[in-house]
Amino acid sequence: MLSSAILPRRIWLLIGYAVAAAALFSAPLYLNDFRLNLLAKCLAFAIVALGLDLLWGYTGILSLGHGVFFGLGAYAMAMHLKLVSSGSRLPDFMDWMGLTKLPWFWEPFKSFAFAAAMGIIIPAGLALLLGFFTFRNRIRGVYFTILTQALVIITVTLFVGQQAYTGGTNGLTGYTKMFGYSLKSDTAKTMVYLVTVAALILAFLLCRYLVKSRFGKVLRAIRDGENRTRFLGYDPSSYQMAAFAVSAGLAGVAGMLFVLHVGIISPTMMAIVPSIEMVLLVAIGGRGTLVGAVIGAVIMTQAKSELSASYPDFWLFLLGALFIVVTVFLPGGIVGLIRQLRQMITRRRNENELNLNSIVPKSNGIV
Amino acid sequence: MNSTSILSCQKVTVSFDGFKAVQDMSLELAAGELRFLIGPNGAGKTTMLDAICGKVKPAAGSVAFHGKKGTVDVTRRKEHEIAQLGIGRKFQTPSIFSGLTVEENLEIAMSQKRGVWSTLRASMKKIDQERIDAELELIGLGDKKRLRAGLLSHGEKQWLEIGMMLLQEPEILLLDEPVAGMTDKETDKTGELLQEIVRKRTVVVVEHDMEFVRNFASKVTVMHEGKLLKEGSMDEVQRDDRVAEVYLGRKRRDYDVVSSTA
Amino acid sequence: MEIWVSQIFNGLSVSSILLLIALGLAITFGLMRVINMAHGEFIMIGAYGAYMTQQIFKSTLPKSLFDAYFPVAILASFVIAFAIGYLLEVTLIRFLYGRPLDSLLATWGVGLMLQQLARSIFGAPNVAVASPSWLDGGLTIFTGVVLPYKRLFIIGLVALCLFAMYMYIYRSNAGRRMRAVMQNRDMAACLGISTRRVDSFTFAIGSGIAGIAGCALTLIGPIGPSIGTYYIVDAFMVVVLGGVGKLVGTVAGALGIGVFNTLFEWWTDASLGKVLVFLCIVAFLQWKPMGMFAVRTRSLD
Repeated sequence: MLSSAILPRRIWLLIGYAVAAAALFSAPLYLNDFRLNLLAKCLAFAIVALGLDLLWGYTGILSLGHGVFFGLGAYAMAMHLKLVSSGSRLPDFMDWMGLTKLPWFWEPFKSFAFAAAMGIIIPAGLALLLGFFTFRNRIRGVYFTILTQALVIITVTLFVGQQAYTGGTNGLTGYTKMFGYSLKSDTAKTMVYLVTVAALILAFLLCRYLVKSRFGKVLRAIRDGENRTRFLGYDPSSYQMAAFAVSAGLAGVAGMLFVLHVGIISPTMMAIVPSIEMVLLVAIGGRGTLVGAVIGAVIMTQAKSELSASYPDFWLFLLGALFIVVTVFLPGGIVGLIRQLRQMITRRRNENELNLNSIVPKSNGIV
Repeated sequence: MNSTSILSCQKVTVSFDGFKAVQDMSLELAAGELRFLIGPNGAGKTTMLDAICGKVKPAAGSVAFHGKKGTVDVTRRKEHEIAQLGIGRKFQTPSIFSGLTVEENLEIAMSQKRGVWSTLRASMKKIDQERIDAELELIGLGDKKRLRAGLLSHGEKQWLEIGMMLLQEPEILLLDEPVAGMTDKETDKTGELLQEIVRKRTVVVVEHDMEFVRNFASKVTVMHEGKLLKEGSMDEVQRDDRVAEVYLGRKRRDYDVVSSTA
Repeated sequence: MEIWVSQIFNGLSVSSILLLIALGLAITFGLMRVINMAHGEFIMIGAYGAYMTQQIFKSTLPKSLFDAYFPVAILASFVIAFAIGYLLEVTLIRFLYGRPLDSLLATWGVGLMLQQLARSIFGAPNVAVASPSWLDGGLTIFTGVVLPYKRLFIIGLVALCLFAMYMYIYRSNAGRRMRAVMQNRDMAACLGISTRRVDSFTFAIGSGIAGIAGCALTLIGPIGPSIGTYYIVDAFMVVVLGGVGKLVGTVAGALGIGVFNTLFEWWTDASLGKVLVFLCIVAFLQWKPMGMFAVRTRSLD
């Protein structure tokens, strides 16, 4: 009786995914430049949201520091673009700051492959390092969250302060070329968009694999009772480190793509507010469900672009109110709401039939 | 130390900010033994279990575990290492993973390699599925295997946890008041499960319910104020004057009280 | 030598303000397991409270009385922040007890709205509050070392607040009830303590103290709608470093962070100084993961 209830749903899901993927891949055919660029940004943020969801929704660790990982990925890519666009000359801001020679750590970023690799390795490595020094000592919950927020502050101050190496407050911008092609051309934009769609699908599949695997079950077990998993013989810290690193790596990927779409990265884009907005993407969509993270990212990024430009004051009010409403009234987010509605409908339908509802997992309000 | 000994605690002392919850406590367990640990509230029974499974680090003394991988002083190991060595612990309040289904709870409890790499690549083999199904049958939760564990009743949660402990296949199992808060019927069923458990491994049970303890003909260790008071069969223990004074003399009052042990 | 004395003095004055801010945070977290990210906005409320008091003095009272505005402002800041804190606790915070991460997000939203509200009322640019003339100048200890009266005054004010808090927590009936709830909420409720009232009152006091901190900040520099965000993360670090549940932990944490922050920034530069402080905190937590003074519990999770 169970299989007959689950099988059609699975097929429906598969069809849904296929339609969504097809719609995304064909978007350049029916969206104008502005819309396509916006959609690309949404999808980049969806990748961050997936990673955050893996960490927060599934492992129960809230990071307010994902702006940093996003930013590190973005800077890695931006350094490459800056070098390529400057040709044989020193990047302009270094010139202004009186540097005469390219700093040694900028040198290898001339290679695209190196920059792309660093865009994942640096964020993931930093997460691994921070995770090692916190999770191993059972620093968790809000303590960990506060430390990640402190990480944001120091990273932003560092990037602003070391102007000669990072471009300071202005960040890195003014790049035009990649692989010898102009970034402004339509073909380049479409290509970058398609790469983003592919990256999102890969990220989704990766997260799905992780979540469905036994590893994912252990992550959820750690969320429900970290100490209990120890007495089963699991070392929660290694799992938490792994989840944190994957999550940070995904944020790095998103950052790299973001730079390609937007053409600039500056310290403000990895500061406290953007970092916490990334968390809201997941909260709105529904933590603990991968689809929720993607939906939340797309809706929120669209809404932000529409509203923050035309009504900047109203947008901040709305953002604040959203945080309150979602955490107090809608801990399951949009997906949780849909599930609740569906349950109400099926319950009404099944009222006189077998009481099967207890089998359907309820949307969980994770604390 | 005799050859069949599986665990020897030597002069274990545990102190909380100066207060000695357990003091110079020694405990010797033979392989395959069922041992009851009793004593009035605050006797240090739970803390003794905590010291064995690594939840607290003793200030002094040693806990030598003579397991399959040789003799190890577990006081120097972390909790998950101790669990991997083969010491399982069930806490007083049921601590199952409420967000996972019953089946998933059993799946991650099952004895297996516990590293990140191993669980990433683990797939459900036929033999594993059979083990889990057999366990579901044993604990009587077969028809609830897809239910979220958080929705189970108190007794069902306890059985699920016992089922998890069995699949974990520890050599020593430490149980803290397995029948606390259970109805009579649930207590009986738990008793049957316990008989099952005891057949294959060494078990230490902290228990308040004297009727329950009497159902098992086995050795009893009485603790009082963090120290060993008496060790022997239930009859011997009951005849002991000091035990009667500190514990059995107050039996009438303690009998029905389901309280947390300290 | 001179420079050492003045640097350490600067560190102390930073510490004292951090302490004032962290005090409320530590108490609300210890009592209700609620992380109040809007706490920084109570600093802002206190600061604007002082600003408004000054404006009222300027427009309604004779010039000779102007210098008396500051004591009034301290009181006004406390009362306004207290009232808004009470309101916030009753309407929102009490739904979030025992859910630290959720409370963190919800109160961050509150903070954002309060900041925006301040921007709508007072405008986005910073406003300056003129300090009373009796705080001009400084105390000369020896040649080259002048301790500004303003900063001395702040340290004194903080000491006074700390003393008052100590008396409240450890010597008054209300404080005893608060500690009882902090240690064992259910038991306290069984003994007839209205935990609801203790919670809202304590939260309001924490907010009020942050308001005083905001008032003190007007002596140091101009104030703006987002003034709270500069201090809030440092204040949280104080709580993490000091541990939860004991006043002395918060004091020690604030002293540590304030002094080291100032010294490191003096030795290196502002950006590297912050990195060093962060590394020191993480290093310290390797040794004492629960902070300097932690209350141990026996529960599993």
